[in-house]
Amino acid sequence: MAFLDGTTQVTKPPVQVSDDARGYYTLGEPLVDPVAPTGPIKDRWTNRKFENRLVNPANRRKMSIIIVGTGLAGGAAAATLGEAGYHVKSFCYQDSPRRAHSIAAQGGINAAKNYKEDGDSTHRLFYDTVKGGDYRARESNVYRLAEVSANIIDQCVAQGVPFAREYGGLLDNRSFGGVQVSRTFYARGQTGQQLLIGAYQAMERQVAAGTVEQFTRHEMLELVLVDGKARGIVARDLVTGKVETHLADAVVLASGGYGNVFFLSTNAMGSNVTATWRAHRKGAYMANPCYTQIHPTCIPVSGDHQSKLTLMSESLRNDGRIWVPKKVEDCDKDPRDIPEEDRDYYLERIYPAFGNLVPRDIASRAAKYMCDEGRGVGPAVKEVDKDGNEVMVRRGVYLDFADAIGRLGEDAVREKYDNLFDMYERITGENPYQVPMRIYPAVHYVMGGLWVDYHLQSNIPGLFVAGEANFSDHGANRLGASALMQGLADGYFVLPNTIRDYLADAPFEKIDDSHPEVQAARQDVEGRIAKFLSINGTRSADSYHKALGNIMWEYCGMERTEAGLRKAIDMIRELKADFWTNLKVLGTADSLNQSLEKAGRVADFIELGELMCIDALNRRESCGGHFRAESQTEDGEALRQDEEFAYVAAWEWGGEGGQPVLHKEDLIYTAIEMKQRSYK
Amino acid sequence: MAVSGLVFLGYLVLHMYGNLKVFAGHDSFNEYAHHLRVFGEPMLPENGLLWIVRVLLIVALVTHVYAAVVLTARARNARTSKYVVKKNLASSLSSRTMRWGGLTILVFAIWHLLHFTVGKVNPNPDGTGTADPYNLLVESFELWWMSIIYLLAMFALGMHLHHGTWSAMQTLGLTGTARARARAKTAGWVVAIVIAGGFALVPLSVLTGIVSK
Amino acid sequence: MNLTLKIWRQPDTSAPGAMHTYQVEGISPDMSFLEMLDTLNEQLNEKGEEPVAFDSDCREGICGMCGMMINGQAHGPEVTTTCQLHMRSFKDGDTITVEPWRADAFPVVKDLVVDRGAFDRIIQSGGFISANTGSAPEANSVPAPRDKAMRAFNVATCIGCGACVAACPNGSASLFVGAKITHLGELPQGQPERDSRVVGMVGQHDHEGFGGCTNIGECTAACPKEIPLDVISQLNKDLRTAMKHGH
Ligand SMILES: Cc1cc2nc3c(=O)[nH]c(=O)nc-3n(C[C@H](O)[C@H](O)[C@H](O)COP(=O)(O)OP(=O)(O)OC[C@H]3O[C@@H](n4cnc5c(N)ncnc54)[C@H](O)[C@@H]3O)c2cc1C
Ligand code: HEM
Ligand code: HEM
Ligand code: SF4
Ligand code: F3S
Ligand code: FES
Repeated sequence: MAFLDGTTQVTKPPVQVSDDARGYYTLGEPLVDPVAPTGPIKDRWTNRKFENRLVNPANRRKMSIIIVGTGLAGGAAAATLGEAGYHVKSFCYQDSPRRAHSIAAQGGINAAKNYKEDGDSTHRLFYDTVKGGDYRARESNVYRLAEVSANIIDQCVAQGVPFAREYGGLLDNRSFGGVQVSRTFYARGQTGQQLLIGAYQAMERQVAAGTVEQFTRHEMLELVLVDGKARGIVARDLVTGKVETHLADAVVLASGGYGNVFFLSTNAMGSNVTATWRAHRKGAYMANPCYTQIHPTCIPVSGDHQSKLTLMSESLRNDGRIWVPKKVEDCDKDPRDIPEEDRDYYLERIYPAFGNLVPRDIASRAAKYMCDEGRGVGPAVKEVDKDGNEVMVRRGVYLDFADAIGRLGEDAVREKYDNLFDMYERITGENPYQVPMRIYPAVHYVMGGLWVDYHLQSNIPGLFVAGEANFSDHGANRLGASALMQGLADGYFVLPNTIRDYLADAPFEKIDDSHPEVQAARQDVEGRIAKFLSINGTRSADSYHKALGNIMWEYCGMERTEAGLRKAIDMIRELKADFWTNLKVLGTADSLNQSLEKAGRVADFIELGELMCIDALNRRESCGGHFRAESQTEDGEALRQDEEFAYVAAWEWGGEGGQPVLHKEDLIYTAIEMKQRSYK
Repeated sequence: MAVSGLVFLGYLVLHMYGNLKVFAGHDSFNEYAHHLRVFGEPMLPENGLLWIVRVLLIVALVTHVYAAVVLTARARNARTSKYVVKKNLASSLSSRTMRWGGLTILVFAIWHLLHFTVGKVNPNPDGTGTADPYNLLVESFELWWMSIIYLLAMFALGMHLHHGTWSAMQTLGLTGTARARARAKTAGWVVAIVIAGGFALVPLSVLTGIVSK
Repeated sequence: MNLTLKIWRQPDTSAPGAMHTYQVEGISPDMSFLEMLDTLNEQLNEKGEEPVAFDSDCREGICGMCGMMINGQAHGPEVTTTCQLHMRSFKDGDTITVEPWRADAFPVVKDLVVDRGAFDRIIQSGGFISANTGSAPEANSVPAPRDKAMRAFNVATCIGCGACVAACPNGSASLFVGAKITHLGELPQGQPERDSRVVGMVGQHDHEGFGGCTNIGECTAACPKEIPLDVISQLNKDLRTAMKHGH
């Protein structure tokens, strides 16, 4: 492979011809990563670690770093930077750092250890990740991710993470998410929890050592910029309601993903975009916001009371067969009474080669089409259709284990999946050993996030972004078990090696609360809180969130169209106006007030939702998690438009009422060849 | 707590063994009572063994009561505002009544010592005096209310030991597996029934006339 | 379903609290318990009454954020977290009493929300393995016997919810501490700090004002992750070993 040395294979920069989003944005300067590494891809990170300047251990104590978020990315970063001797202030909105939403990850974490000798390598993991991301990620970043992945496992084992082991006492792996090698390390169905507890314990150790100061039940509500540099945050103590300013030499945002913009998602109730959106409003670019990942195997919505969706591991698709009734009139029948010839195993029918194991986005879209046709199953839920009428739609397809039970026996199936089956039964009240499970896709992960350079620094000096909060290494689509890898890579190994280059110039000028820019940031926050409490309208923040979620899911969900997105933007603007005049938040600002917290998050989601639609509208191509109906092959497959869109869309805040500004960063591949994917 | 409790337990086994000599008859029992006092002579002074045991028991008592008081105080302070509704799911009645049970046993023990050891009161108006341990015992239990007091105390003891035995094994780290835990629970029942039952036999037998002067 | 709810309302830590009675109607059996409370809150908001504060985040039984006493049982009548409890466990017309965890080491913040910071401080006092980033040896260089690794995993499932404390008549957190001691103590990497860990954690546990364990066993029955009682046995054993070693 001649291109391994990073010199031969070079793609052409894209030139955009279509302009669907005209009128909604202005075009800004092209963007380049100012610290992009060069040279052979396998040496880039090693060289960079060497080139980056060091900070004398004696000086580290005098430097402070704020880290917002205690998930895998934030927790790992706090622990590591604390160990290095910096003064770290860590923030999370939960009552303990251990509760960050990383805890919910089930499946596993990838690492190119090649323990199975099945041909895995750093390069293969790199290759799979870039390809899986539909060639919309930066190759240098992805290579680095693959490179440090092995160290992550070492680190976690040393911390006492109880990974699954073989009889001989060595670590076990499995293959996950359709890749052909076994590189996924796991701890039963609770990998995220175990990894997070490892990072949390490492961080608590630093709290005891005095290097990390922990602020729980604190929500970041504003970024503080002084002379153009990120120098702190404004946070609200959620218990006392006190608005506090915290100042430092650098700020790290590791605040997770914004999938909750859809209201229903597999994210935690408190997952929000506020931390990154506030930074965006202060000038940080938001990259590829429209890239969302929808997971096909979630438990369907059971009614409009639903507050969140629960994911069930993808592994279920290995043994379950997905079908819907052929006839609409069979949809409310007991599935066991529907004869074999009246069932449509649609994935096996359309994708005979991959069958039920097609990639997440394909499986998800196919389920949506079945339900749109009226062949969905399960309870009908209220929806508003494209013409604004209320309709009742069944949103679910069967995932049937009858074959597997017949073939392997119920005990074997039980052994493999009992915890998932139990969880399903608890939530739905139905026994999946007897009745086919019902599943439906749900929003699960966002690939978009704040734009960062190779050092994970945003375009605001001193503002670093890690984990799901940055636009990350996953391009337009993330492979299973790669988000945990990225969060820990960022936190343990990347940030500590890049932030030092920035801090080599610190400590910066001393500032205190009385600095006018700090004062202004704080007053903004106080003003906003006062505003929420004084609108005194009639609708709860939650009801706005639901309305926004409906719009996003309908028009910016699994399938996006030009007309739909335009309509969505109008609807969101209307919703925003209504929100600011008709919101009702009870209680006071100086106590625990969950409605107030919610109002702030919803306000930011509304603005983000609009930008997501604009980004989706602009990107007239289908790639990864983004499917534009206008860009598909004759048989309905996603069609990428590399000549036009092989770029990162980095959006700059255009001011209140203004238009967002689009900066394009071209994606140039030197170490890998771009290919269209096909699963037929 | 566990160690002192087990010291009690050990003592009770010996004591019960002694008491059961009642069934062997007047002389055998009295000889045993005497033997207790002269055991080890001339290496030990008269009552030597008895005093060693007594000292051990007193030390255990002080430790046990001290620990009980500390644990109780900590539990009180750990939850100063009570639940309006609280259900018990897994705990035995005995585990929840350890404190009252222990107190009952303490009160009983004081009364018991006054009765048999320190005061040697013979409450039976038809009694023959207190010099003869066997007679003292039988005459006391011929009174129904004396027997009731003892039987109630033995019930309290059984309860205390039921949980206490399991608890001591758990405290000593002897219950590492589910099997070991089940075994410890069984041991709780066995110890409680054997000891409380064994003691109870004496007053019961006297009451029912199996044992008489 | 129509239900009567008796809920503890308390404006903040220092203010006194009291039970309040509310009616909710049209509750679907498919709702989770927390969605039922969401419904109540939406109603309260409409009426101009402040919603009931309660904690939750993941709503899938893993983060440990939720938790309340429901009819005198921690997390309610099923062996699971409150967020995974569904209304089909109740009957139309039921009266349900809802209270916060009660333990002085977990002060009430507001209504059903308590402060479990004590758990973090217990972890800080030893609940970790000191392994600086970058210093780790190759992961497979130290094999861990599978049965020990399995036991470590089984108890590492603790989500730090505090139900054990809430259910324990002594207000003890021994199950939580025991779970962590056992998790780290079963692994080869956890050995060097085994003694100091147990001494540190138990010391902090007592210092926080949790009660002592008298092996009553309510904790394990309330634990949504079914952490077994033998972790407390292990805790005692390790503590004794540590003391023998002169800690
Ligand atoms: C159900 C589910 C299953 C998954 N399974 C897998 C899997 O098997 N493998 C895989 O690789 N990935 C999986 N993922 C994805 C992966 O878990 C996440 O992408 C990753 O854990 C994100 O980590 P993070 O550190 O970036 O953020 P998070 O863990 O989400 O942490 C965010 C942190 O930021 C804090 N925070 C947020 N906003 C604020 C604010 N305004 N102020 C203060 N603090 C704030 C929060 O308190 C929290 O501490 C899964 C995701 C979900 C939802
Ligand atoms: C003097 C009055 C007594 C009091 C106030 C008392 C009180 C208590 C208390 C509060 C406990 C702790 C509960 C527990 O660990 O489960 C306890 C435990 C125990 N008690 Fe007693 N008790 C008394 C007498 C006795 C006697 C006479 C015996 C023996 C026959 C005994 C045997 C035990 C045992 C074996 C335990 C369990 C120890 C452990 O858990 O480690 N106690 N007692
Ligand atoms: C039916 C039950 C019991 C009977 C018939 C009984 C009988 C006696 C008798 C006859 C003595 C005097 C022995 C002597 O002085 O030679 C004695 C002493 C004693 N008994 Fe019991 N006993 C009973 C239960 C108990 C229990 C449950 C306890 C403990 C909680 C207990 C503790 C003692 C003690 C401490 C002494 C004093 C021993 C000494 O002299 O130091 N007894 N008992
Ligand atoms: S031991 Fe069980 S009940 Fe206690 S905190 Fe852990 S999970 Fe919750
Ligand atoms: S209920 Fe309490 S007394 Fe011990 S066994 Fe559990 S901590
Ligand atoms: S909300 Fe996370 S465990 Fe219940």
